[in-house]
Amino acid sequence: MNAPVLSARRLTRRFGGLTAVGEVDIDLALHEIHAVIGTNGAGKSTLINMLSGELPPSAGSLQLQGRDVTGWAQPRLARAGIGRSYQRNNIFLPLTVRENCRLAAQSRAQRAWRLWEGAQRCRTSRALGDEALECAGLAACADTVATALSHGQKRQLEVAMCLATQPTVLLLDEPLAGMGAEESARMLALLRSLRDGHAVLLVEHDMEAVFSVADRITVMVNGTVIASGDPASIRLNREVRQAYLGEEDAEEGTEGDAEEGGHGSAGGSHEGGPRRGAGREQAA
Amino acid sequence: MDIVSFFIQCLNSIQYGLLLFLVASGLTLIFGIMGVINLAHGSFYMLGAYLAFTLAGLTGSLLTAIPLGIVLAVAFGYVLEWAFFSYLYQREHLQQVLMTYGLILVFEEMRSILVGDDVHGVTVPPFLDWALPIGNEMTYPVYRLFISAVCLLVAAAMYVVIRRTRLGMMIRAGATNREMVQSLGINVTVLYRFVFALGVALAVLAGMIAAPVSSVYPGMGGQVLIVCFVVVVIGGIGSVKGALVASLLLGFVDTFGKVFWQEASGVLVYLLMALILLWKPQGLFKAG
Amino acid sequence: MPGDINALEGAPRLRAGAAPWRGGLGWLALFALLAALPLLLGEQGQRFYIELLSKVMIMAIFALSLQLLIGYAGLVSLGHAAYFAVAAYATAMLAPQAGPGNGWLLLLGALAAAAALALVVGALVLRTRGVYFIMVTLAFAQMVFFVFHDTRIAGGSDGTYIYFRPEFDLLGARPFDVNDVAHFYWLVLGALVLTVAGLALVLRSRFGHALVGIRHNEQRMRAAGYATYRYQLGAFVVAGTFAGLAGYLYAIQYGFVNPEIASWHQSGNAMLMVILGGAGSLAGAVLGAFSFVLLAEWFSTLTRHWQLLMGGFIIVAVALLPHGLVSLARVLALPRARRGQGESR
Repeated sequence: MNAPVLSARRLTRRFGGLTAVGEVDIDLALHEIHAVIGTNGAGKSTLINMLSGELPPSAGSLQLQGRDVTGWAQPRLARAGIGRSYQRNNIFLPLTVRENCRLAAQSRAQRAWRLWEGAQRCRTSRALGDEALECAGLAACADTVATALSHGQKRQLEVAMCLATQPTVLLLDEPLAGMGAEESARMLALLRSLRDGHAVLLVEHDMEAVFSVADRITVMVNGTVIASGDPASIRLNREVRQAYLGEEDAEEGTEGDAEEGGHGSAGGSHEGGPRRGAGREQAA
Repeated sequence: MDIVSFFIQCLNSIQYGLLLFLVASGLTLIFGIMGVINLAHGSFYMLGAYLAFTLAGLTGSLLTAIPLGIVLAVAFGYVLEWAFFSYLYQREHLQQVLMTYGLILVFEEMRSILVGDDVHGVTVPPFLDWALPIGNEMTYPVYRLFISAVCLLVAAAMYVVIRRTRLGMMIRAGATNREMVQSLGINVTVLYRFVFALGVALAVLAGMIAAPVSSVYPGMGGQVLIVCFVVVVIGGIGSVKGALVASLLLGFVDTFGKVFWQEASGVLVYLLMALILLWKPQGLFKAG
Repeated sequence: MPGDINALEGAPRLRAGAAPWRGGLGWLALFALLAALPLLLGEQGQRFYIELLSKVMIMAIFALSLQLLIGYAGLVSLGHAAYFAVAAYATAMLAPQAGPGNGWLLLLGALAAAAALALVVGALVLRTRGVYFIMVTLAFAQMVFFVFHDTRIAGGSDGTYIYFRPEFDLLGARPFDVNDVAHFYWLVLGALVLTVAGLALVLRSRFGHALVGIRHNEQRMRAAGYATYRYQLGAFVVAGTFAGLAGYLYAIQYGFVNPEIASWHQSGNAMLMVILGGAGSLAGAVLGAFSFVLLAEWFSTLTRHWQLLMGGFIIVAVALLPHGLVSLARVLALPRARRGQGESR
């Protein structure tokens, strides 16, 4: 494994008496997709918010390419190379796709004090923006206003905007949320293509997607990491199966066959439902 | 400053703070529950003062005027909510600000047309018009103690209602989550109308009992409004407890400020707000 | 969420290649007409109407400065009169008592005062959001009001006079004399043109685009790496400075300043002009200023209680035309399908 680009050690976040995330270690390495899965309330959102800088950690440290960036605010981390996409679309609805990406990319060439230069003339932001939207597969609808996009396209735009600033680290929060089969397949292909040149953190509920795309998987329950490793070993991990598949299945303990049994998992309610259910039925 | 003067100024601070609380609590409730920012709230205070003047003139006594005024205020609040404010709930804050600003102008001119622009005084009810001796040389007007007592009574009543009754629960719930209250089948329309009328009544009551002390003059609404804004900002929008704490805090700062530094006293209140904002941009307390 | 301060509709749409120069011809026509007016009016109605129009244009500058905050940055400031007033007072206080002062230096002083105040206040108020922001900006303006009203800094509630209108000498020559009504009018017109051009430039720039982006979705901007607080503070200072320009011209026109110009009525009027004309467009601010001042003049001729009419008008106008008069013009003049006038939620 190559040296980690983003490294968190004993990252903790408390809200009053509640410990949402407790002593989590996580590493993101280049050319690797590291998925974080867990039941609801496991602390995944809080974790990703700490990594992106939106929430300062109560304890622990964060290192980016060897530099200590603990407690840095989000804009600063973003300029240092951490990009983030959101679970709910966080795009500029009144603007076109191209302008959405350009505006995000403009962050790389802000030069706010140069008031006499028109923003549209900024070649850097235009180039980076166009590159991002092509990478995300939105070249065809570049001039469409964001409100007119389908949900799947909006999610693609969400990823594109994350890419527009050419970050090294990508923190992707449920990019597949609310997608149907075809859109999900497209998004998965996009995710795979992002592996090159980036260190990717993927928070997802869709198990099949996660197992098909991740190089490493970290499993969180109640704010702590219960297991972390390559997909095969996670699949076999007893504690993980207990948390997800229910006690019964864990005791039956058939190795190498995690999909069998098809119970509803103990993992609480499921957003992004359709994909999951379909996945389970197929395996039965 | 000797101990007696200090004590007297403390009494003044408390009285001013409690009066402020009466007005500000209405403002913070209306905002916290209905999400309406109401610039015309100060006008209700002015309405109270002018009601005190006219009704006391008619009935001969301020004390009979007060309950009368409150009844009128509740009715007025009810109608005003139905006719005007209920249309503001869905609008952006910017529009609410402007429409209630227009309302202020309307109220001010109506007052001017109906009662004129003169400054008036309201006489203290005779049996309250004496002074309590404090220390060896000084006395303190009993009427001011009466004001504080009334406000404390109202504050206590509000506490009981908000913390211990179903209605209060609905109010607190509404302050934190409007949609949830609606989906629980509570008649939101009636609840809002009631809360609004309550807010109006509180401000009117404050204006009425304050009238003998602060006189009745045009522009009194605007002054009280802005100070109330400061109270709400410091205390936290939607928090009645916050309004109480902030009002008392402001009462002390303003009163003692006037004593020690006459020229800057107007500014002190805003300085206080600035300092608190640096520390807590959302006010001291949360809603509810 | 209803009443969401960040969901201003009628928001300016930035399309690729678009700039607020659309209708540039319209601006040119307006400025040309305004410039020609003193010559057209002749001796008869000259003084009154020219002075009235000067007043209107000064208010237009004031409204334009607030438009940057409300319509573009999405910051609803209810205390904008503070910067107008500080600049006017700075002008009055810096003006020498014995003879005319240097107009250029006074301008510098006025703008510096306004900008400095905007920097300090902005740094504090921008820590808050939504309704808190509105209330806090109002409260700070009240602070300024009380400083002028209660202290002896500049005559207290009585105000201060400027005894001599300043001179605008340049390299020994006197290009114009503001004691002449028409000259002053053209000076104000020049300032108005500069304001419109300046703001258009700002909005067209990267700063301007970022500012509007922050208004649409601050979280996304921060995720992209923008230090959003700094941008908003920048906008606040720019807006305060242009308000200062208006205040400076006001002080010269009337030769008298008093605390009322810092009152919240003044701030409320500015906000009204912006909304009446239409938030989110420079033309809206100018249109709103013209409409408001001329309406107020007209109402005051109708009755002593003209504020009643004004109050009623405000309520009706905001209720019926939430996007301002400009939206009326758009509806009438542009039948083509509007691309995605979508929510900005």
